[in-house]
Amino acid sequence: MDTHAALYKQGKDRLDYLRQFAQRQPVSLQQKMADIGISRRDFIKWTASVTAMFALPLPFSNLVAEAAELADRVPLIWLHMAECTGCSESLIRTDTPNLDTLIFDHISLEYHETLMAAAGWQAEENLENALETYKGRYLLAVEGAIPTANNGTFLTVGCKGHTGLHIVKEAAKNAAAIISVGTCAAFGGVQAAAPNPTGAKGVYEVVDKPVINLGGCPPSEKNIVGTLMYFIMFGKLPALDMFNRPKWAYGARVHDNCERRGRFDAGEFVEEFGDEGAKEGYCLYKMGCKGPYTYNNCPTERFNHHTSWPVLAGHGCMGCSEPDFWDDMADFEKPLGRQLLHGLDATADTIGAVILGAAAVGIGAHAVISVFAKPLEE
Amino acid sequence: MSKRVVIDPITRIEGHLRVEVEVDDNNVITKAWSSSTLWRGIEVILKGRTPMDVGLIVQRICGVCTYSHYRCGTEAVENALGVKIPLNAKYLRGIMQASLFMHDHIVQFYHLHGLDWVDVVSALSADPALAAKVAMNYSDKPIAAGEGELKAVQERVKGLVETGKLGPFANAYWGNGTYRFTPEQNLIALSHYLKALEIQRVAAEMLAIFGGKSPHPQSIVVGGVTSVRDMLSPARLQEWQQKHAIVQDFIERAYQADIIMAAEAFGAEASVLGGVNVNNFLSGEDFITADGEYLFKQGVILNGDLANVLDIDPSLIKEDVTHAWYKADGPQHPYEGTTIPEYTGFIERDTVYGKLPTVNGSGKYSWVKSPRYQDEPVEVGPLACLLVNYARGNQAVVNLVDGFLARTGLPIDALFTTLGRTAARMLQVKLVGESCLKTFEALLVNIQSDESTYVKPEIDSSRVYEGYSMIEAPRGMLSHWIRIKGAKVENYQAVVPTTWNAGPVDVNGKMGPYEASLIGLKLEDPTKPLEVIRIIHSFDPCMACSVHVMDYKKHTLGQFKIDSNGF
Repeated sequence: MDTHAALYKQGKDRLDYLRQFAQRQPVSLQQKMADIGISRRDFIKWTASVTAMFALPLPFSNLVAEAAELADRVPLIWLHMAECTGCSESLIRTDTPNLDTLIFDHISLEYHETLMAAAGWQAEENLENALETYKGRYLLAVEGAIPTANNGTFLTVGCKGHTGLHIVKEAAKNAAAIISVGTCAAFGGVQAAAPNPTGAKGVYEVVDKPVINLGGCPPSEKNIVGTLMYFIMFGKLPALDMFNRPKWAYGARVHDNCERRGRFDAGEFVEEFGDEGAKEGYCLYKMGCKGPYTYNNCPTERFNHHTSWPVLAGHGCMGCSEPDFWDDMADFEKPLGRQLLHGLDATADTIGAVILGAAAVGIGAHAVISVFAKPLEE
Repeated sequence: MSKRVVIDPITRIEGHLRVEVEVDDNNVITKAWSSSTLWRGIEVILKGRTPMDVGLIVQRICGVCTYSHYRCGTEAVENALGVKIPLNAKYLRGIMQASLFMHDHIVQFYHLHGLDWVDVVSALSADPALAAKVAMNYSDKPIAAGEGELKAVQERVKGLVETGKLGPFANAYWGNGTYRFTPEQNLIALSHYLKALEIQRVAAEMLAIFGGKSPHPQSIVVGGVTSVRDMLSPARLQEWQQKHAIVQDFIERAYQADIIMAAEAFGAEASVLGGVNVNNFLSGEDFITADGEYLFKQGVILNGDLANVLDIDPSLIKEDVTHAWYKADGPQHPYEGTTIPEYTGFIERDTVYGKLPTVNGSGKYSWVKSPRYQDEPVEVGPLACLLVNYARGNQAVVNLVDGFLARTGLPIDALFTTLGRTAARMLQVKLVGESCLKTFEALLVNIQSDESTYVKPEIDSSRVYEGYSMIEAPRGMLSHWIRIKGAKVENYQAVVPTTWNAGPVDVNGKMGPYEASLIGLKLEDPTKPLEVIRIIHSFDPCMACSVHVMDYKKHTLGQFKIDSNGF
């Protein structure tokens, strides 16, 4: 059986498993969509786009369609820790599917402080009920880092005054899967930057279970919802990279798929914001772009319904999906130059030095010299 | 016998907020405490970093008013270094700011505040045909309020309810007697709640066109903006304009209509007629419309005296930590501040939900400090902005406010209420939405002859620089203060809108706007304190913003040493 066939079978098995549970909604998804004016044709198009996003063959769109009909049986509990709510803001901008479709038809949103109607005591009741009712079945999404210094008291939540640390540990116990949404939950984020005054940590550091890390400050809405859909479809975690990020989204460097990559190869660089090169869309490496050290699908998926991403807006990538980027990649408007990060610059420096030594000319040489000569001097 | 009510988490806000109140035998609130329960330490983290990175880092203070901190932090650095940015950069920043407001206020009203006014369960018993007619009372051309649309919305929500599971709508205070919309009005607003999910996405795209993404845009730098190609692209410009039209249309035909509907339905509801018990207001100059011209003027109103609007004197701003979880000897100006965390925890006591940890009102009880202007607590936000500008005779504001009062039949006193605060937010964004087309036109004219977007900043590492920036964020006046030494950040301070509004009692025993707004409020059922949530939401809390720290040159980071056994 080839890999795709095996994956397809796993997906089928997962859906069969989900079918054991009572259907939560009396009206079929198809009927509901028809009611709100979404045609079967639109739905098929949507499943195809989701399938393409996972880089799977088209037949998988059948699975996506089946999964969407069953998806409301996957309860989602979303916790807020030390964060800025940017990841939730990213979530509400989702368009494939849009948020109301997601909430009404695809997931059962049991707890989400920014969106839920209940408050206070009653909100806490919702959380306790959901943890009990859906033991072993719920998806746990965490937004924000976990303060651990001073026994975690830099963050308390709820009438009972529990620390964030306590709440996350409790919620993690019976979760079917845990997703750290954003760089704060994944790796500690901005509050964990030196000197990390609150002892902020990523979720994976405080729970003893596997965690999917969605790096990004914030991650795009596609990476958040795509990961939820993967779990719903296959009932397991997607293939992950060395930092536990889904490979389907974080498998390639920003630099590899950058729309300005051709400019880099041609040795055409913005030398100062607002210069002629900036107007022409030259490469932003010299303006501090961290695309060569950053793994994410920003260049292909972009943000906000494909509207833009930082490099398109003329600012270099700041490396926000990488662990410790606030410390390792600052200053954000200067090239990293000779620093070692993922080993890339070591190679580049070596090549650059060789070419510089040989005083070679040509497109490739021009590129490398332009990029690395200046930082080397500094 | 007084009873203690604990409300934590206050949901549908940014961040972590706990409110506690004490009610008497008639369920009238006699005491109130507002406590922020998260501390992140961003300003400590800023120390020693390059000023060029400040904007990107302080932006992470908040993912909701994300752009406000980005811009304010960047402009504080520009102010310190004496950088004068090109006109195009000013216009683009103004256009992004307007885009943020259009997104923010829509999300705040519909998705964060709306369910305090709209009873979702009641909407299920509405007659969609009648509701479609009712909608015509508030707009000539209602959006998402035709009979068919309303019926579809109703059935969709019914589907959830009939399974006994309300998902995100579960276990709320539905049926509370202070909900005043008819079932038909509830259905209209519920339909707009769903439509607004779609519209806010478009508004976020407006910001992303020139910002690269939203939240956390990435296109402004010390010295200007980087989205020069977007600025020069006719396709991008018209894309913004087209999305602007969609969002502005929603503001006029749905948001405005719903506020007028709320003014009518809730105009006599006792629980929303009070709520403005601090009569001092502060608002900044902002929203560039032409070179040197701004939509809103700055000013301070003290003791509700609309006849005497004062100019802001930055030296009169101080922060007090008497009841905040920090040590200090007394109120301090942002340039003289210290921060030494001193967490003291909660105290167990009886509440309406049984024994619970509660705040120690006579001690320290919040991570938010208490900013004061001339030793007085002050309310900031859209209401403050409108009052300052109304009192200053700003014609655009006067016309808008007078028109709204005439349309709803409300007296001007109605502005000084929870309802007025919520209406002010709509009026402010309606004006911002209209006005930013002027900024857009000014940009179009200017780029015909001037394509500059950036001025390279110079830093002399032997010099000490000091600077600040004051702008209007969606929640009110925001100021950032910086000192640069050795070309690095030596000291950083953000005095943010929610700190002004949410801070605890000060050294003189004076309550901030949140706490003061709750005194005298009668609750229908103390175990289901909808009225409290509604008043607090009318301020649009943004807690991550409000929890900040400052340090001063004499204090090293060593003083922030954390002992795992407590301080």
